[in-house]
Amino acid sequence: MAIISFRSDEIHCKIVYYGPGRGGKTTNLITIHKALGHQVRGELLSIDTSGDRTLFFDFLPMDLGTIGKFRIKISLYTVPGQVRYNDTRKLVLKGVDGIVFVADSLEARRNNNIESFLNLDDNLRDQGKSTSSLPVVLQYNKRDLAGSRVAVLPTEEMEKDLNPSSRFASFPASALRGDGVRETFKKICMMTVIDVSTRLLKDKGMSLTGSGP
Amino acid sequence: MADLVLTKQSLDRIDSILATLLARSGAHTVLLIDKAGQLISFQGSMDQEKVSSLAALTAANYGATTAIARLFGEEEFTLLFHKGKDENIHFSNVGEEYLMITIFNNNTHLGLVRLEVRKSLEQIEAMFAENLRQWFNA
Repeated sequence: MAIISFRSDEIHCKIVYYGPGRGGKTTNLITIHKALGHQVRGELLSIDTSGDRTLFFDFLPMDLGTIGKFRIKISLYTVPGQVRYNDTRKLVLKGVDGIVFVADSLEARRNNNIESFLNLDDNLRDQGKSTSSLPVVLQYNKRDLAGSRVAVLPTEEMEKDLNPSSRFASFPASALRGDGVRETFKKICMMTVIDVSTRLLKDKGMSLTGSGP
Repeated sequence: MADLVLTKQSLDRIDSILATLLARSGAHTVLLIDKAGQLISFQGSMDQEKVSSLAALTAANYGATTAIARLFGEEEFTLLFHKGKDENIHFSNVGEEYLMITIFNNNTHLGLVRLEVRKSLEQIEAMFAENLRQWFNA
């Protein structure tokens, strides 16, 4: 759920990184946190981690500066990817404004990607939302493993599985090396801010860059 | 969960209710957040970074506790309280979608904090109800 405050002229949005377990959602957040200057990002908060698995969520607040007269504040969250933590995923998805789906390029993980994507739509439906009503960006992670001895799915195959009608923007990425992380992040921020501001400012006859009451 | 547009008037009103709560209860910090973890307003002494983390964690904590409540056939627990050695935190439901978090130390008492929190809740809930009425009539 987005919040627009007309006193401080701020827009707050919530973006969730979703996807199967061990897909690289947390790595995305760590890379974003490292890549951005201190004036933009807050502290990365990881809770309840046992080893390298997310049990509850990671959280990264950011201040993206101003567009028009509005200051844009974004909260990034990850969900736990493991199948059994669906209640926690529902909790983190509450009030989401934009979604990055981080798919795992390993061939062995193909079914996990598809299951997780269906699970995303199921959980959104509980809130009266869906992947077609929200800004969604797909990321095909672990592309750095292409050419190694591990079997990796071609991006075309992944598109067929997850994005057959090309509804969503998608990016190949290696969250570990940092490739594609920034592109994914920029795209989802742009889409979310435009979506939220169109929805909330239209009623008031305003636009992001237009004048306000 | 609906989006929330806050006008300057309603934010000023919320701030004044929260400031009164602080003055009367002896608590040192109070936050109003939504259940998605976004901060709506805060009064007191705490740095901004910690406030964002607190909002996100509290919403998750509250959600987890609600899931526990449902295991026992309860709809939700409407208030939570964490007691520390020096600092205590009191969480309270505001309507369906918001939470109020009050932080206080041993200079005041839980009973007084709860009493003042309840008064403030009534005022904030009345304000949200009034906003909703105006929105429907607009």
